[in-house]
Amino acid sequence: MRYLVSLLLGIVCGALIAAGFLYFNPAAQDALSPLAVSGQQQVVLNFSAVPGEAIVFTNDGESRTPPRPDKVSQLWEAPIRKTTVLVTALKDYRGSTVGIGVKISSMSEATRLLNNEAIVESAWHIVLPRQGTMQIGQTENHWNYLREIVVPAHWSAADNWKGNWRGMLSSGPNALGTARVFGGSGRYVGAELEAVEYLSTSAYSVRTGPVAADGQLIIELSQEQTRVAGSPDP
Amino acid sequence: MIRLFITGIVIGITGAIAALYYVPAVDQKREASIIAVTPNGGNAERFHVNIPGDRIMLGAHGRQTALPEGMRWPEDDILAGTQAELFKLRNQRDVVIGVASRLAVSNAEIGNVVEWVLHLPARGSLFASLEPAMRDDGRPGELRGGTGEFSELSGALSERWVATSSDVDVGADGVNGRIELVASYIAARVEVAPDVVDVDAEADE
Repeated sequence: MRYLVSLLLGIVCGALIAAGFLYFNPAAQDALSPLAVSGQQQVVLNFSAVPGEAIVFTNDGESRTPPRPDKVSQLWEAPIRKTTVLVTALKDYRGSTVGIGVKISSMSEATRLLNNEAIVESAWHIVLPRQGTMQIGQTENHWNYLREIVVPAHWSAADNWKGNWRGMLSSGPNALGTARVFGGSGRYVGAELEAVEYLSTSAYSVRTGPVAADGQLIIELSQEQTRVAGSPDP
Repeated sequence: MIRLFITGIVIGITGAIAALYYVPAVDQKREASIIAVTPNGGNAERFHVNIPGDRIMLGAHGRQTALPEGMRWPEDDILAGTQAELFKLRNQRDVVIGVASRLAVSNAEIGNVVEWVLHLPARGSLFASLEPAMRDDGRPGELRGGTGEFSELSGALSERWVATSSDVDVGADGVNGRIELVASYIAARVEVAPDVVDVDAEADE
C-alpha cells in the first residue's frame, strides 16, 4: 500500500511540475507587433472590451459572462456553442464614435496548450461610415491573457485581479502575426491590409469576466489608402 | 520507496505532456458540408437564415423598436444610413452551422454598400461584398477573402429574399421568410512569391 501511495504521489508531483513548467515558461512572452515599427499611416480604433458595455454581447448563455441585453438570442446550438459575438461602437482617439464593429470569435481546434497557444479564430466586420467598410480575419492567442489575468484572478482570495496589463492578441494568419484585412468599400475598397488587436485590462472578476478592459485595433494603411486620404506620401 | 516516487514523477510529467499533446483542448462540433458541383466549374454551397427566428440583432439609426429588446443602439449622427444585422446561419439541412453579420450602408461618403461576413466555427470565415442593386434573381456579389478553409478561395456570393406565406412566426417588422445565400467557390487564390518567379525566370534564361 505504501508503495502504491508513493507512486501516486510521484505521479501527482510530476503532473504539477509539468503544469508549473507550462505556466512559468519564460519563452511565452509578448511579442512586439511589427506594426509598432512601421512607417505607414495607421487607423486606430478603440472600443470597450467589457461585455457589459457592448451594444450586444452573446454566447452560449452558460458561460460566466452573461449575454447583453438579457433577451438577446443565445448561441446554444452545438456547432456555435464555443462562439461569442461582440457588437461595439468604435471610437477614435478623442473618444468620438466613428463606426460600428461586429466581432465573431470561436475557440479554435488549433489550440495547443503545450506550445502556450490558446487559439481563438475571429472575424471583424467593421463599418466606418465616413471612410468605408472592412472585414478582418484574425487568429488570436489568448495564452498570455489567461496566464497573467484569468489564472491569478482564480488564485486570488477575492476572486478578482487588478493591475495594468496590455497585450497583443493577434497572432496570425499573416506570417508576422498580423491579422488580414480585406477592404470592402470607400477608401478601403479592394485593399488587402494588415492589422493587430491589443487588449488593455485593469480589472477582472472571476464571476463576471472583464470589469475594466479596452480593446484597440490598429490597421496599417497602404500608400494608396494614404493618398486617398489626401495625406502626403509617408 | 524513493525510487518508486521518482518513477511516479517521471510518469506524471510524461503523462501530462502526452495528454496535452494527444487530447484536443477544443473540439468543435462539425456538420458535414453540402457542396454541389456547378456546371461552369467550381463548387456551390447554399446557406439560409430564417426570419425572424434566426435574427439575433437589428441595429439601425433612428429605429424605434430595438432588436434584441433592451439594446441601446448608438444614436450618433455619423451612423445615419447604417444598418447592422446579426443572424444564425443554417445549412440546407436547416441546421445552425454558424453566425453571419450583414452590414448595409447608404450615405454620401461611401455610397450604397451591402456586405456579409459568414463565420463557420469549424471551418473559417467568408467575406463578401454585394452589389447594392437587387436583381430579379437576387443580389449578386463577390467573395473578397476568407480564413481557414476559405482562405485560398475566391468566387461569388448572392443573397435572395424568399417570403413565406405562413402567419405563424411573423417578426416584429411584420415579415417572415428566409434569406438565401449561395456561395460559389470558383477559383483558387494562388499567390506566387516574387522570389519564386525570379528563380523560374533565371532557370529559363
